[in-house]
Amino acid sequence: MPKNKELILQVKDIHKSFGDKEVLKGISFEVHKGETKVIIGPSGMGKSTLLRCINQLTIPDKGTIWLRGQEVNHHNARQINQFRQKIGMVFQDFNLFDHLNAVSNVEIALIKVKGMKKQEARDKAMSELQKVGLVKQAFLYPAELSGGQKQRVSIARALAMDPEVMLFDEPTSALDPELIGEVLGVMQKLAQEGMTMVVVTHEMGFARSVADEIIFLERGRILESGPPEKLFYQPEYERTRKFLFKLTELYGDIKGYHKR
Amino acid sequence: MINWQFFLEILFPALQEGFLMTIKLVCWSIPIGLVVGIVIAVGRVYGNIIVSFFCKAYIVFFRGTPLLIQLFILYYGLPSLGIYLSPFVASVIGFILCSSAYHAEYIRGAIQSVKSGQILAAQALGMSKISAVLNIVLPQALRRAIPGCSNEIIYLIKYSSLAFMVTCIELTGAGKIVASRYFAYTEVFLVIGVIYLALVSLVSKLLNILEDRLAFPGWENKK
Ligand SMILES: Nc1ncnc2c1ncn2[C@@H]1O[C@H](COP(=O)(O)OP(=O)(O)OP(=O)(O)O)[C@@H](O)[C@H]1O
Ligand SMILES: [Mg+2]
Repeated sequence: MPKNKELILQVKDIHKSFGDKEVLKGISFEVHKGETKVIIGPSGMGKSTLLRCINQLTIPDKGTIWLRGQEVNHHNARQINQFRQKIGMVFQDFNLFDHLNAVSNVEIALIKVKGMKKQEARDKAMSELQKVGLVKQAFLYPAELSGGQKQRVSIARALAMDPEVMLFDEPTSALDPELIGEVLGVMQKLAQEGMTMVVVTHEMGFARSVADEIIFLERGRILESGPPEKLFYQPEYERTRKFLFKLTELYGDIKGYHKR
Repeated sequence: MINWQFFLEILFPALQEGFLMTIKLVCWSIPIGLVVGIVIAVGRVYGNIIVSFFCKAYIVFFRGTPLLIQLFILYYGLPSLGIYLSPFVASVIGFILCSSAYHAEYIRGAIQSVKSGQILAAQALGMSKISAVLNIVLPQALRRAIPGCSNEIIYLIKYSSLAFMVTCIELTGAGKIVASRYFAYTEVFLVIGVIYLALVSLVSKLLNILEDRLAFPGWENKK
């Protein structure tokens, strides 16, 4: 791990229960500048909950989140709003604002949250759409976009806030197979350009080629983590090996991603 | 054999003032009623326990009691508490209270039909809850509430005739006075009926145009 790099995000001992079901039982990890962490794990094991705890859409029962050495105080609504601006989030089902066209989706938070002037926000939004290859679709509404285009708009919307770190919650799992590549392509480019990212995904080709570290979440704990080569070829636990084997079976050869 | 003189020289001049009063009543009641309805609906859905309870009680009370009783309380009842309202003001307040309660229910339903992911995405961008409600939820919910609220606005135009019961002489009241003086009930109320019909048709047309203007792609099929 690049220990000399700046520390961006610290997740310390996060616990979360729903009713008497303890979903997260103490999760800790750190993300340095420019790193991409991929989180994998069986369904219903709390991966989404963990991402939501990071940007406080779900308030953890215990544990703390630190951004650039500053602890997030969830009692202070104002601070949370400022903090969320620095953490981009991309959802599985896009959550584009249905009543706004693509460019307005990207610019609305610039105007309403950052207080940018309309023209300045429009320029910024257009340049973000350009990054994800959607300038031509700028004035189309979500209902007029394909799933892959929607997800790219939602990535542009998050990027427009100039976040320190981006969280992706299964960004491709609601997409038809032929649309997955365009979204992964955008994410890969982001990673190469040095964006700090935490990605929940089962796309092992992506994980393999982009991740600095894979975190395997099971039963509310990190069972194992490490660079892709280690998890794929020398996992400590039989569980990890089996799970990764099943994923590659399901989602295709780990090198398959490059062929797309 | 139609008595044109009666229509031209007596009925129409008398109705003219009443008509203007009706217009004045609805022009005050409709927008304020809508705004109050939005506030009550938002309070009901997003308020804390106390606010939400208050808003629910408001809706239950003003939807659950006859408008005529509300008007009587406002005009004849309040003076016993030392509050004197003019017939016009009592009527407008009554109409606002009643229509806002109905609007609030339509808008509440529309708010709850907006996908929860919309507000999550807004908050994830750093929007405060209030800003997310104002900028993301309400623009979608209000569009969805237009058909219901249109109904209520049309009802309001018609039940504005109840203002006559608290001595505010609007269209119906003006007609009633002429009708009983000249004993010409059929002619007068036919004319008044046609005027209401024209007014209601005009307003529904305008509301339809508004609905179409505010539609966006992907929206049409939700109507
Ligand atoms: N708001 C909530 N209230 C109650 N239970 C919840 C809530 N959110 C999540 N859960 C439960 O917590 C568990 C973890 O959910 P989560 O969505 O974080 O899992 P996940 O790992 O993201 O699963 P998936 O792969 O299906 O997306 C699930 O059993 C879910 O039912
Ligand atoms: Mg999930």
